[in-house]
Amino acid sequence: MLRDVGLIANKDLRAELRSRVALNQIVPFALLILVLFGFALDADSTTLATFTPGLYWVAIVLSALLAVHRSVELEAGDGASDALLLTGVTPVAVFLGKALALLAELWLLAFFLLGGVLVLYQPPVADLPLLIATILVAVIGIAAAGTLYGALISGQRARETVLPILLLPVLAPVVIGASRAFADAMATVATNGWAWLALLGAFGGSYLVIGSYSYGLVLEDFS
Amino acid sequence: MTGSRTTRILGSTLLLGAVLLFFLAFVATEPDTRIDAASGDTIGQFDAVRLMYVHVPSAIVAYTAFFVTAVGSVMVLLRRSVWWDIVAGASAEIGTVAAALTLITGSIWAKPIWNTFWRWDDVRLMTTLVLFMLSLGYLAVRRLEGTAEGRAVRSAVVGLLLIVNVIVVNRSVEWWASETLHQQSTIADVEIEDLTLFTFMYSIFFGVALYVWMLIHRFRVGWLERQFERFGLDDALAARRAEADDHPTVDAAIDSSGGNS
Repeated sequence: MLRDVGLIANKDLRAELRSRVALNQIVPFALLILVLFGFALDADSTTLATFTPGLYWVAIVLSALLAVHRSVELEAGDGASDALLLTGVTPVAVFLGKALALLAELWLLAFFLLGGVLVLYQPPVADLPLLIATILVAVIGIAAAGTLYGALISGQRARETVLPILLLPVLAPVVIGASRAFADAMATVATNGWAWLALLGAFGGSYLVIGSYSYGLVLEDFS
Repeated sequence: MTGSRTTRILGSTLLLGAVLLFFLAFVATEPDTRIDAASGDTIGQFDAVRLMYVHVPSAIVAYTAFFVTAVGSVMVLLRRSVWWDIVAGASAEIGTVAAALTLITGSIWAKPIWNTFWRWDDVRLMTTLVLFMLSLGYLAVRRLEGTAEGRAVRSAVVGLLLIVNVIVVNRSVEWWASETLHQQSTIADVEIEDLTLFTFMYSIFFGVALYVWMLIHRFRVGWLERQFERFGLDDALAARRAEADDHPTVDAAIDSSGGNS
């Protein structure tokens, strides 16, 4: 099954590399959000540095919506989802493969944006390992939940509008947990960031398990 | 018509029950006032306490309704039950309205009591808000296109995750805020007057009964919608064919409808 997971992830990433949608559209979009936050907060360096954790994760979640949408689009055209099922790959492998591809893209985006906020907002960095660990763990939850909810609305004409309504409330704990962990790493709030990391890990793990179990049900009914 | 003898009796009783609730809440019960032992000042929630007769039942109905939706979702996934699918959808609609009512009445109550419409660090408040937003997503999924069976499974997955998400949100907000302004179990407070306590308990009973009555009616409407989806086109085709039988040729049909004139 691991081989199948790798194949599916490879397929999605290869399609992404060739189309360059993530690079040409999602990354500039994420960067634009950071700039808009700067405008909205009057480019006040103290305010921006204080609120960097929250602003960063809101930017990540909004950009992730585009990435999830793109991941769904890959299977939407030319009966690709039917063809995927005909290959005999198990739904669990499809789910994990697509989540892995999305995870890789979001990790890259998250580290790129981290560079963005460090340059643009200039927050203090007190605990770099915590900062990196938060990105690595929190994005797992976003990718897993995004892949599952993305599949739920695939093939729907109204998917662009329904996805945010469905996914954003679900990702509320990620925004809370990751912002808190970042706040600890940036020493803006006195909290135990590593404990928040455990919550993020539990969220990501839960969604990986739930997604693996329910993805088959969802795929069957769209075939 | 979705009424039956039982629902008409239940509906009529609820109508009388609503009149009694209004009387108890606005006329019979006193405003909440107490004398502060230390300062001798009159303190309390005053007339704002009357909002509790709507706020608490709404919250109980909302959480009960979403629990029923989650149970229905499990049954859909286990047995592909159409009955439970309609129950889950009907219950979620009522739950969404109840959650909105909980938030609105809570905010109105909070303004004079907490001196603010909204507190970000209150766990129950935040959980109910996220539950409300999640339920909007669930209802949006129920309205997506596709076959009835596909829609049922898709909604069931979202419905089941609704409860999981609410638990996770509740835990995370609890950690986040680590304090709550909400009053803890005032029902057990011996200082509540007998009539106030009775009205409070009665309002909860009334809310749950109203939920059951609405659920039955919404279920029946949902069932009729499903039947229409299933047989509506067939019936329409049969009616059209019967019409065509009365007019053996297309020209004759056009003539009779005045198409050549």
